[in-house]
Amino acid sequence: MAEFTLPKNSKVQKGKKYPAKADAKNVRTFRIYRWDPDDSANPRMDEYEIDLAACGPMVLDALIKIKNEVDSTLTFRRSCREGICGSCAMNIDGTNTLACTKAIGECKGDVKIHPLPSMPVVKDLVPDMTHFYAQYASIKPWIRTQSTPLPDQERLQSKEDRSKLDGLYECILCACCSTACPSYWWNSDRYLGPAILLQAYRWIADSRDEDTGARLDDLEDPFKLYRCHTIMNCARTCPKGLNPAKAIAEIKQLMVARQS
Amino acid sequence: MNTADLQTPLKRVRGLGSAKSGTHHFIVQRITAVALIPLVLWSIWLALMLLHADYVAAQALLQQPLNAVLMIAFVLALFWHAQLGLQVVIEDYVHTRWREITLQVAVKFLCVLGALACALAVVRIALGK
Repeated sequence: MAEFTLPKNSKVQKGKKYPAKADAKNVRTFRIYRWDPDDSANPRMDEYEIDLAACGPMVLDALIKIKNEVDSTLTFRRSCREGICGSCAMNIDGTNTLACTKAIGECKGDVKIHPLPSMPVVKDLVPDMTHFYAQYASIKPWIRTQSTPLPDQERLQSKEDRSKLDGLYECILCACCSTACPSYWWNSDRYLGPAILLQAYRWIADSRDEDTGARLDDLEDPFKLYRCHTIMNCARTCPKGLNPAKAIAEIKQLMVARQS
Repeated sequence: MNTADLQTPLKRVRGLGSAKSGTHHFIVQRITAVALIPLVLWSIWLALMLLHADYVAAQALLQQPLNAVLMIAFVLALFWHAQLGLQVVIEDYVHTRWREITLQVAVKFLCVLGALACALAVVRIALGK
């Protein structure tokens, strides 16, 4: 059966508390999921009181401040700090999003931070993305053609055809959508999930790609594609404002179109 | 090391490949859903007509050819749609192979039996005296 409760050794326990300094002016509590693979302890929620008067506005600023000034063992991924690399995807205040583009001011009460749901945890807020990236590789996300291009010309595309990639090419593969999808939670071993299906559609929709039929063949599967039940969590959570559910619906429409 | 450790993640993801099916299921599920919209409204109308009616009055109503045909269409669409939906629910949540197969077969059998029993009941009422 699908697992609805955490196994015993994954049950989250109360953790340590790191109080703010006495002269702190604007204190906000960050409750952060901690798990260390090097000890046998259960995961725990540590509490960090941070003075927002001496901290940047984004959740990532607070995480970096904690790592620099309070607890250097706190582990998380981050790189660009401007919402284009997708490294700092995590569950903040109950929603999957990017820590670098999520303002602390948008969070209600204590700021609760967990790693992306349903993924195996490497350490603290770092999920294991191996399977997700392998799923991405499986759709062969590059242009596939049969014709040989003219030696003196690129493969051209009209402005209108180029605009069909808007809302698709912006995906940064942060996995916020896929890990917010209940269908992906229960069946990620076979279901490709919203992020990968959006990427698959990005190539199906590309006027220069000549392998549309083979791409649809590869997706036409009760699990790879049809586990999407239009729950719409993907569209609601996408930190880039994209709509993976719409891309999946477009794929389903093409599947029907080529039957009739 | 066991086989799973030595396989690449891509090997596991690609698995047995695409089943090249699912679209037919998708289409039929939607067609039966669309068919059920007017049929459910009609069945509510029929149920309201049968309020406080005795068996003779109910039989007279169902003996009208249009009502008999619509009633059979309603139960067939209902059980067909139910079977398609339950199949998906079981695929979603039941991951122990023998349980899944048992449930899938049981649901199909029960839906076919249910549809046949309902159809026979309608025929008996419609043709009975």
